[in-house]
Amino acid sequence: MSETDFLLALEGVTVSFDGFKAVDGLNLYVDKGEMRVIIGPNGAGKTTVLDLICGRTRIADGSIKFKNQEITGRKEQDIVRLGIGRKFQTPTIYEDLTAFENLELSLPRGRSVAGALFWKRTDEVIERVREIARMIFLEDLLDRRAETLSHGQKQWLEIGMLLIQDPELLMLDEPVAGMSVSERERTAELLKEIIKNRSVIVIEHDMKFVESIASRVTVMHQGKVLAEGDMNTIQANPKVKEVYLGH
Amino acid sequence: MSAKSSPTALARVRSPDLIAFLALAVLILIVLPLSLDIFRLNLVGKYLTYAFAAVGLVLCWGKTGILSLGQGIFFGLGGYCMAAFLKLEASSVANTKIQSTPGIPDFMDWNQITALPVFWVPFRSLTFSLIAVIVVPTLLAFIIGTAMFKRRVGGVYFAIITQAIASVLTILIVGRQGYTGGINGITDLRTLLGWDIRTDHAKYVLYFVCCILLLASMLIARFVSASKLGRILVAVRDKEERVRFSGYDVANIKIFVFCFACALAAVGGAMFALQIGFMSPSFVGIVPSIEMVIFCAVGGRNSIVGAVFGTLLVNWAKTMFSEDFPQLWLFAMGGLFIAVVLAFPGGLAGLVTEQIMPRLRLRKRPALMPIAAASERVAHTLPAAAE
Repeated sequence: MSETDFLLALEGVTVSFDGFKAVDGLNLYVDKGEMRVIIGPNGAGKTTVLDLICGRTRIADGSIKFKNQEITGRKEQDIVRLGIGRKFQTPTIYEDLTAFENLELSLPRGRSVAGALFWKRTDEVIERVREIARMIFLEDLLDRRAETLSHGQKQWLEIGMLLIQDPELLMLDEPVAGMSVSERERTAELLKEIIKNRSVIVIEHDMKFVESIASRVTVMHQGKVLAEGDMNTIQANPKVKEVYLGH
Repeated sequence: MSAKSSPTALARVRSPDLIAFLALAVLILIVLPLSLDIFRLNLVGKYLTYAFAAVGLVLCWGKTGILSLGQGIFFGLGGYCMAAFLKLEASSVANTKIQSTPGIPDFMDWNQITALPVFWVPFRSLTFSLIAVIVVPTLLAFIIGTAMFKRRVGGVYFAIITQAIASVLTILIVGRQGYTGGINGITDLRTLLGWDIRTDHAKYVLYFVCCILLLASMLIARFVSASKLGRILVAVRDKEERVRFSGYDVANIKIFVFCFACALAAVGGAMFALQIGFMSPSFVGIVPSIEMVIFCAVGGRNSIVGAVFGTLLVNWAKTMFSEDFPQLWLFAMGGLFIAVVLAFPGGLAGLVTEQIMPRLRLRKRPALMPIAAASERVAHTLPAAAE
């Protein structure tokens, strides 16, 4: 694959599970500072694409470059350390720890065994955690065990755990799933805040939410890109209407 | 810890685990030595050697969720390394002049071995032996851990593999009689650098050495579990994948905690050999390994102090019970394990922190208010209940 200026470039990416091609020759390019939304019907391969980028699933063929570095075959934690953060579909947080500890563990420092053993909770650490907590509306709940947070708060906490890593590329899998209307609005607000200094890939089904945040939309269908463009173009596209927006 | 955490430290001083730790120290250092004869105290000393393994399991199993059914391997290897030194000292030419090859351990002579095997030679040195007590079992734990955790083998598969290794090691020890002493183990250990370890005085001294080492191990374990690493261990248990996607190498963390637990078990094994005067494969295999897990579960797999109390209690019950009803003990122990897992997953410590403490606290609330207020700012530490 050639040199690329894109922050993230997927070319000819293919993966199959037991002969079924979940992702088939996919090309996807994400610019620095871009907010990209991936939509598509169930089983289109959206989540698989995120799994491939973050190293959770190995690609069968193709190339994934981040900052012009090939990242296929690298370990998950190494990809994270390069600056790619991933939020899962269901809130994936440490239930037995407090919100503060959840955020503290996500700080990109003291990640070795020795570093964690002799970790000091300095004022700087506390300040950084509080700063992120303010952004994700959890400032007053830092002492709560994460298990006791509401569903929406758990989603925010996980977003906060990614933010504190300060990744260049943030990948969010259905960040508003299961949220109430007011929580959705606050999340959209939060995402607009987050995107300022980084690139974001969001998978989302909620079209209203997509409209409120998207600059560029990629529509996936059966493991391939069906269409790509701004929201208006996508909504006018007859193929997209047929397989996804339809009704 | 910064100055910010001083209110937390204050809260910790009043925390139940410190009180329990001090109570344990008073019990094993003062109460038991004053109230038991040396035979019984020596038995308690034996129980305490198992407690090393139980403390290790708290971190490895309770905190991190890695169930090892093979801690006997490491307890045994530590014990065998210690016993090897003691055996060589007991097998001086003068002591063994009736053998066909004087100067080698008796079991080797019985097995027609005529020269000390090469891997036995370094155990003539006490320094080497003491280092080997820690290094040999930890190295094996490192190899097992690396092989398993780097390939993401975990959960029940890990438990079964460790159990299989425990079984394999027992068979190996029994089968290679000439090198290991076989099923009888290494017996008739007499002196440590000329100091007779069989006397009552020596048994007292070794008992206190064992207590001090155990209390020190508990403090180190406490240090690990109170550090950020301790919180990562809990995080690995809850959401391993998330830890990986927070940029940590989960395999390294698991390897560390497994090795740590195994090193502790090994120290226990060495103290066993010193206090009891022999080491045999019956402390290596599946049964002792599972017993160690039961001690830990009964005491509370999340509580370092609880695990030690659990070990003492179960072993005391075992001794009492099996003196009168030897054939019933295994059933009683199995029943106890099932009861604990089903009814009190937190074990004794969980019973105290979840059932008894809240009731006491309810009554004492006004007195505790100032501490609560002081620690409010930095209250995001490990919840005391988790200890």
